[in-house]
Amino acid sequence: MDYTPHTEEEIQAMLERVGAGSLEDLYLHLPQEVLNPEISLPEPLPEWAVLEELKRLAANNKPAFKAFLGGGIRSHHTPPVVQALASRGEFLTAYTPYQPEVSQGVLQAIFEYQTMVAELTGLEVANASMYDGATALAEGVLLALRETGRMRVVVSQGVHPEYREVLQSYLDAVGAELRTWPLREGRTPLGEIPEGTGAVVAQNPNYLGALEDLAPLADAAHRVGALFVVVADPLSLGVLEPPGAYGADIAVGDGQTLGLPMGFGGPHFGYLATKKAFVRQLPGRLVSETVDAEGKRGYILTLQAREQYIRRAKAKSNITTNAQLTALMGAMYLAALGPEGLKEVALKGVAMAHRLWELLLEIPGVAPFTPKPFFNEFALRLPKDPHGVRATLAKRGVHAVTPVPKEYGENLALFAATELHREEDLMALTEAMREVLA
Amino acid sequence: MSYPLIFERSRPRRRGLRLVEEVPEASRYIPEKFLRKKPPRLPEVDELTLVRHYTGLSRRQVGVDTTFYPLGSCTMKYNPKLHEEAVRLFADLHPYQDPKTAQGALELMWQLGEYLKALTGMDAITLEPAAGAHGELTGILIIRAYHQDRGEGKERRVVLVPDSAHGSNPATASMAGYQVREVPSGPDGEVDLEALKRELGPHVAAIMLTNPNTLGLFERRILEIARLSKEAGVQLYYDGANLNAIMGWARPGDMGFDVVHLNLHKTFTVPHGGGGPGSGPVGVKAHLAPYLPVPTVERGEEGFHLNFDLPKSIGRVRSFYGNFLALVRAWAYIRTLGLEGLKKAAALSVLNARYLKELLKERGYRIPYDGPCMHEFVAQPPAGFRTLDLAKGLLELGFHPPTVYFPLIVKEALMVEPTETESKETLEAFAKALGELLQKPREWLEGAPYTTPVRRLDEVRANKQPKLTYFDQG
Repeated sequence: MDYTPHTEEEIQAMLERVGAGSLEDLYLHLPQEVLNPEISLPEPLPEWAVLEELKRLAANNKPAFKAFLGGGIRSHHTPPVVQALASRGEFLTAYTPYQPEVSQGVLQAIFEYQTMVAELTGLEVANASMYDGATALAEGVLLALRETGRMRVVVSQGVHPEYREVLQSYLDAVGAELRTWPLREGRTPLGEIPEGTGAVVAQNPNYLGALEDLAPLADAAHRVGALFVVVADPLSLGVLEPPGAYGADIAVGDGQTLGLPMGFGGPHFGYLATKKAFVRQLPGRLVSETVDAEGKRGYILTLQAREQYIRRAKAKSNITTNAQLTALMGAMYLAALGPEGLKEVALKGVAMAHRLWELLLEIPGVAPFTPKPFFNEFALRLPKDPHGVRATLAKRGVHAVTPVPKEYGENLALFAATELHREEDLMALTEAMREVLA
Repeated sequence: MSYPLIFERSRPRRRGLRLVEEVPEASRYIPEKFLRKKPPRLPEVDELTLVRHYTGLSRRQVGVDTTFYPLGSCTMKYNPKLHEEAVRLFADLHPYQDPKTAQGALELMWQLGEYLKALTGMDAITLEPAAGAHGELTGILIIRAYHQDRGEGKERRVVLVPDSAHGSNPATASMAGYQVREVPSGPDGEVDLEALKRELGPHVAAIMLTNPNTLGLFERRILEIARLSKEAGVQLYYDGANLNAIMGWARPGDMGFDVVHLNLHKTFTVPHGGGGPGSGPVGVKAHLAPYLPVPTVERGEEGFHLNFDLPKSIGRVRSFYGNFLALVRAWAYIRTLGLEGLKKAAALSVLNARYLKELLKERGYRIPYDGPCMHEFVAQPPAGFRTLDLAKGLLELGFHPPTVYFPLIVKEALMVEPTETESKETLEAFAKALGELLQKPREWLEGAPYTTPVRRLDEVRANKQPKLTYFDQG
């Protein structure tokens, strides 16, 4: 089947009107050498059979709902009200709001999203979402380099390793230099920031889950004229001091923890917030309030002269599509919970993570690694290879033990807890771990 | 009346969702100095208020589900409902779960990679990029790594793009550290071959083309272009934004392209969602395969796995494995249509465009490059009419306008892409509406639209005094 509405008669009538004898004729002006290649694809299936095949594939996965896995993605409750509202066809099937008169729904939703991100981060402006946390970091750092006119970046090893890899790719492209500061005892040490540094980057809570006191680092960055960039889990900002309050010039992160399905890593959305002074350096879409011809309040894409379709080679970034639909889900989640609800969800994870930490440390051979205080995730040193432990646990239906790259140390694994966990879930994991590690 | 903001519906201590029964005391776990002093001013609303707010916003928004949306170069085709059910089957997978417990997801990725390779004529693929422009960046970084590996990285500093190219092409080349040179189009709307020859040389790294191009025309001299670029050691990049017109009929790989990105949210029905998320897989010829970003999905003796061991890789371009749930939708589309269905969809997108072009000519519109168009074409209004006014007039008549003022080489351009999922009567109604607009008094056009949620907005004010958040005092 396909999704085209044409009847045979209509096709004939239309072909006649355009002066073609058949559908094939529409391609006669293409070079004969490339026309009608042999292509091997599976035979088409009726709708029910496609779904059946998808269910077969899905049955080869063990869903990780209520997982204790972390590392930037966590298992959270996705409220049905958010799913239902975001699934409305008007939101789902719209394009970038180029015609504001009929796109007030998306535009106002973006404006509200920008407000919520600014509130969470303690900064003044936010763009209308990036692809994910890692690319938002790369774009945030490029912003800082444009603003300072410098080509050197210092990044803490406490920043998610995959984010650092993406940052490296983007910086290589423009020929900027990236220096990594190793963690000391699980936290970012305060060292000498080299001259000519345009951006200093840290993460809080860091990749190992530890809380960082970043105000001194912000001061040090500013002293050498660099901008300070903070990667922050937006859920944590329901409880933790926002980056803007301790000196961040730019805050970035990934929105998955705001109730979005894990989806094997995507799509989610990235956020990017900064000070109003840097707004003309921001990549991506921005929505401003304004008035219409009758003086009525309305919303419109603004400062578009920064963008690729006007500035072409001189654009701030090549980003065209963004992650509007998933950002909308994040905004709906924040509105559904409010400041209290968000704080409660964040704190429940914190409490459960601390309880889990106690329980797991009773297992012989397990040692602490992430120093306290930590947030809702922590690393432990295991007596065995974490990949093997993860596999064995998975066979028992438990998803836990996120292997930590060897650059941080041997046999380290992350454990995360969220609002989904109860005491009995923690006990079950501990029991399973005890057996697997015995 | 203005539609309220969610912040204006907020009342102190009104509650929506409560997800936690017993709330832990923060200070038991986190020292005071790390805690937030002031709560964020998020909305405080009950669930029904939330539902009414966003339902109301949705009614102030058009999409393909509500309105004909002939946005040229964006391919706003229908988004099948089956796909939304399909993604729910894969929602609860964590990227760091044991790969043996995600074999279905990895198999789906591997299969989709095979389908896309077959459809583009490429040898290897990455599903990692999160959008078309992200795919472009990935593709250009791959080309850069290739030249560097061959010791020509320093010399090849220029990327050529036609003057009709999408703005993302020059922006991408610039992000990858290249100088951009524009190649003019000839009088027929295709790349001027002589001009291209003058630009080619050992200083050029890549040519970025879309075919059909943004005038909706197939670059008929593509094999010659490919031959010339090969001789000059230049890599040929295919911007896949317009693949919808030729899928199944012709492949970029057979035309001599070395790199292809695909827009799954255009060609393969992943919904645009108000501007994304998208997905931009990149296919490459064998000589570029070593430079693909990590990880790639591979099939081994013990099932499917992620390969991180690519010593020449450009590295990572995104966290985790790309926009996986977008991949599920594209997979479902390809399995539903099969090769014949895809070819039919492509051909009907072309037929719809050609038919609509004839109807518009009849109604008084001009076609500046009137060659055999593919899935889209560029029209101009008769002298004296402003495209912007016609676009706003269309809104009043219940249609979403085409892309306006693009490509830049056509004055007052209306870039129309009806797509294959629109019926003959919709095309006719649209042409009739565009015809009627030419009969309207000038003042009516300049004042349109009248009955939309807002009238024309003050863009200058938004630029000069941007108010970017609710609490922004300006």
